[in-house]
Amino acid sequence: MNGWSALERFLRTDPRDAGCAQAMELLHVYAELAAADRAAAGRRYPEVAAHLRACGPCEEDLEGLLAVIRPGGPTRLPG
Amino acid sequence: MSGAEVPGRGRASPDELDEDSRRWVQALGGTGAEREAAAARLHEMLLRAARAEAHRRSGQLRLSGPELDDIAHQAAADAVLAVMAKIGRFRGESRFTTWAYKFVMFEVSSKIGRHFWRDPAVSLEAGDWDRLPDRFGFEPSRESEWRDLAAALRRAVEEDLTGHQRRVFTAIVLAGVPLDALVAELGSTRNAIYKTMFDARRKLRASLAANGYLDDDPVRRP
Repeated sequence: MNGWSALERFLRTDPRDAGCAQAMELLHVYAELAAADRAAAGRRYPEVAAHLRACGPCEEDLEGLLAVIRPGGPTRLPG
Repeated sequence: MSGAEVPGRGRASPDELDEDSRRWVQALGGTGAEREAAAARLHEMLLRAARAEAHRRSGQLRLSGPELDDIAHQAAADAVLAVMAKIGRFRGESRFTTWAYKFVMFEVSSKIGRHFWRDPAVSLEAGDWDRLPDRFGFEPSRESEWRDLAAALRRAVEEDLTGHQRRVFTAIVLAGVPLDALVAELGSTRNAIYKTMFDARRKLRASLAANGYLDDDPVRRP
């Protein structure tokens, strides 16, 4: 990618973008859907998918959440 | 920006939860020794998640083992507080553990953002337009092709953005400050800083398009 297209991509905004607050509110729901089928999660919540494409910190939180809920993650039941 | 549909706001009844989630909610919503024991187990679980997450991000950070573990401990402790405070808002639209881990991710991000400022060389105001070519991969050998675009962008930043938008743009784009670090420094929220950048990006794109530097096509659907 050359600089021109990198800048163009950086400045491009998607009106469907849900913003961080909504994405963070739904992140656990989105993560469980994405763990099974990432494309299906994007279809169910296109506004969140649009946000995650543009927001590095929220995308990083999703990746962390996906890593931890995978089988073998640090889950433990009470009692 | 638009709003996503948020699942029902009501509190889930115990019958609506999966068995594991129901046991967590029941134990953490109890009293006395049962609640304390559940909180201790929650902390243990979230600490493991926080350590895993800090380790996962260590490649991007200049952090060593003890510092990473310190961040994990702080994040786990604050995530437990968040879960305990919000347990009444858990609606069962995911497993309880997924919901609880979400707060670990937020807290790790927040702690890493704060940690950024421990480097005394970092400055919020150190925006340097000479860094723009590196930021977007403009090749020095092709400066004649991008010089005018870079000058137009600088003009748009100086003339079209509000003072706050300019400050946020300068910090993130020119000074390389991570968004969560800027949130910590300004005492703001991730959503507010992102929205500021979103609006700034839209303005800058419109300005560059109006002056013929970019196509007038603000949205390209994936």
